[in-house]
Formats: sequence, structure tokens, C-alpha cells
Amino acid sequence: MFKPDLTQADVTPRGLWLNRRKLIAGLGAGSIAGGLGLGAQAQEALEPNTWEEITTYNNFYEFGIQKDEPAKHAGAMETDPWPITVDGLVDNPGDYMLSDLIGDIPTEERIYRFRCVEAWSMVIPWNGFELNKLLAKLGVQDGAKFVRFETAVLPEVMPGVNYPILDWPYVEGLRLDEAMHPLTMMATGIYGEPIPNQNGAPMRLVVPWKYGFKAVKSIVRISLVEEQPLNTWQQSNPREYGFYANVNPAVDHPRWSQSSERRIGGGLFARRIDTLPFNGYGEQVASLYDGMDLSVNF
Amino acid sequence: MPGVWLVYRAVTGGLGVDPVKSLEHALGELSLQFLLVSLLITPLLRYGRVNLLKFRKALGLIGFSYLVLHFLVWLLLDLQLRWGQIGADLVKRPYIVVGFIAFLALVPLAATSFKKAVSVLGAQTWQRIHRLVYVAVILGGVHYVMQEKVWTVESLAYLAAAVILVGMRFLWIRRW
Repeated sequence: MFKPDLTQADVTPRGLWLNRRKLIAGLGAGSIAGGLGLGAQAQEALEPNTWEEITTYNNFYEFGIQKDEPAKHAGAMETDPWPITVDGLVDNPGDYMLSDLIGDIPTEERIYRFRCVEAWSMVIPWNGFELNKLLAKLGVQDGAKFVRFETAVLPEVMPGVNYPILDWPYVEGLRLDEAMHPLTMMATGIYGEPIPNQNGAPMRLVVPWKYGFKAVKSIVRISLVEEQPLNTWQQSNPREYGFYANVNPAVDHPRWSQSSERRIGGGLFARRIDTLPFNGYGEQVASLYDGMDLSVNF
Repeated sequence: MPGVWLVYRAVTGGLGVDPVKSLEHALGELSLQFLLVSLLITPLLRYGRVNLLKFRKALGLIGFSYLVLHFLVWLLLDLQLRWGQIGADLVKRPYIVVGFIAFLALVPLAATSFKKAVSVLGAQTWQRIHRLVYVAVILGGVHYVMQEKVWTVESLAYLAAAVILVGMRFLWIRRW
């Protein structure tokens, strides 16, 4: 379970991976002692999914709409070097190579719950860095209110983008305060390995309190903008998908309930678990939405 | 039998990392496949002079059996008898409502599939009851299309097949 403030407990040193289960048990106990009171299910739930589960069950429509297709097709994508454009209201706009853009920002491990809007979930040990560190390097200017992200469109290696399933490129966005939040990260690895292409190599967004579709993959463009970006799923079906996409068991998707979720990895008889508001990160992020009607801003 | 193969894969972990969804979808798809093939028997006889009438009942019953399994997987393995959520789904979610109506529409067919039913009910009544399969396959196709997040060729192909096979009946049947 996540501590209200990020501490050493959130980082798994490389040598401790083998003792992951012990560490997680400790974190669980700590959070109960800390008064989060999320119940036994939430505790158990922080055991990370396996590498195989995380890397063979992906929604990455650019590589096909079935969940096993990204793992089959994404290997053809060349991710090094990776050009990335920074524009809009920043001090340092330009066309960068990703390695230059990241520069000396150190990476750390964060074990986060991941909740898909389709009502399944995983626990994923990401490696990466807080987005605010990158934004600090770029120099966010005063008028900027949102961050807009774009996924690569590579027709030669992405079979999906040749069909109008969605309006390519895939676009996502965050309000600036969401982007600056210490839980929001750019992931470049999983389990200490470089992030596989099907999971969004070489760099993707991770926002643990939002549905997975906000976590835009294989980012080629970051823009600081004044207007709220129109994200791809909202554009595709505004009745079903909003801009905020905060995990919220009280606000159903029109076609299914969001009150519970199936944790991937338990096989045929895995127990369904209750979905937590803000995916269990409410203590850290709920205040971002004070005064907002979350059933309207879903 | 595709069902045996499915069970084998479910037990051996061959259904991928989300076996519940795989099983649920595969059973629904198999059901639709068998029901559509059962509707192909009459056109084959009319236009192709191929008589496979003796298989029609079996195909229909197999299709219904897969539908029962599809429904049970949803109830037991997917929603795990969370009745509040199940009740809400059955009232509020159009694609689940449509699928459930398709299932209910087939219950009288399955219930009157034994030989004596024809003589008990009379041939005409029996036949009318069994035309409910047209309702079921159309709704089955709609259910498939509706549960997708985007339009897919596969789901639309099933719906198109259902519409064509049922549409033929409107050309043939004078008195419903």
C-alpha cells in the first residue's frame, strides 16, 4: 500500500526483488498501522503480477485490438533512438532524442495498482521517474494549464493504425496539477528491465489513480497547452469516456459496473475484488478534485 | 468437440492470463456459431438440395448448451454471484439485457426439443415457438457488436450472417 507521502518504502532496491513478497507484506502491515484501513484485500493485492501477465495482456490498439496482439506485433518497433517533440508553453521546446531529454534524471521503482476501465486490474512494478522532474527540465511557462501527450504512429510496424478504429495518433492529457503530482510517473522499465514495446516502450505515462487508458504509451510528443486536450477515447465515445477517468467505483461505465474488478493472475477462480476510489490512492490525490462533481467530470 | 478443447485449455492454462474472459467469450462465440449453422440447414436444402435436416436439432441444442455455459461463466466465474451487480447489469446495461433476452428466447425451444413435444403442442404451435431462434440469433449478433469498445469486423460479420439467415425466412414464410 502506498504511504501518504512517498518514502524509501516505495522504492525497491535492485537487490531486494527476490524478497519482494516479504517487502510487500511489510508495506501492507505499515499501511494498516498508518490508519489507511483499506482492508485485507487491498493488502494482498499488492503482490505484483508476473512478467508474463504484464507483457502479454495489453491494450495497445496500434498493434491490434486483441490483448495478445501487441505482444505479437510490437517487437518490430524500433525504439532506440527515439525522437520526441516538446512544444507549446515551455522554455525549452524542440525535437529531442529521448535519451537526451531524460538526461540524468534517475529512475526508481514504484509498485502501483493498475486498473483498466474494462474492470480488470494488475499490480505492476514500474521503473521510471516522476513526470514533474521532466517538466521542471522543460520549464513550464505561466499560461500552461494542461499537458498533452501523443503516441507514435508507425504504419509499417503498427497494423492497427491502418484502420480507423480510433482517430490516430492516440492523444491523452492531464491537468497540470495532476501531471505535477508525485504519484504521476514516466515509466521506462518494468521489473528492472527496459519496458517492452507492447507496454509502451521506450517511455509511457503512468497515473495510478486513473483508468489505464490515460497511461499513454510510446510517447513521441509532449505539449504544454492552455486548453484541455481532447483525449482519444473521449473523442471516440464521449458518453462512455471522459477527460478525468479517475477510478471511481461509484460512477459506472454505461455498459458495465465499475464497483468491482477482476485481478488478473488468479486463474479461473480468482476472486473478484472491490474497486477502491481513486484506485486506492485517494488519500494522496482526492484533494485535487475538491469541489468537482466526479459523476459529471468522469 | 470444440467444448472439450476449451475445457482442456482452461485446465492446462492455455487460455492466457485472463482465462475467465477467454472462456466467457469463446463460449458465447461457439453458441452463436452453432445457432447460425443450424439456420443454414434449411437454405442448404432449398438451394443446394443438401439434406442435413437430421443434424438441425442437435446443432441447435449444442448452441443452446454453450449459451447456458456462457451464462454460467458470467454468473459464477466473472461476476461471482455478486447479485447486486448482476441485478443492476440485467436492468441497466443494454448489451447484457439484449444477451439475456436472447437466452430467454431460446429456453422454450430447448424445453420443447423432445420428440413428443410436436404432437403435444401441435405442429403449427411448435413451429411458431421454434421461430424464436430468429429473435435469438439477431439479438446474439447485436449483443456481440455492442460489447466491443470499437467496431470490429468479426462481430459485424456475425451480425450480418444472422441478419441474412433470418432475412431469408421473411422471403419464404408467408404466414407467421
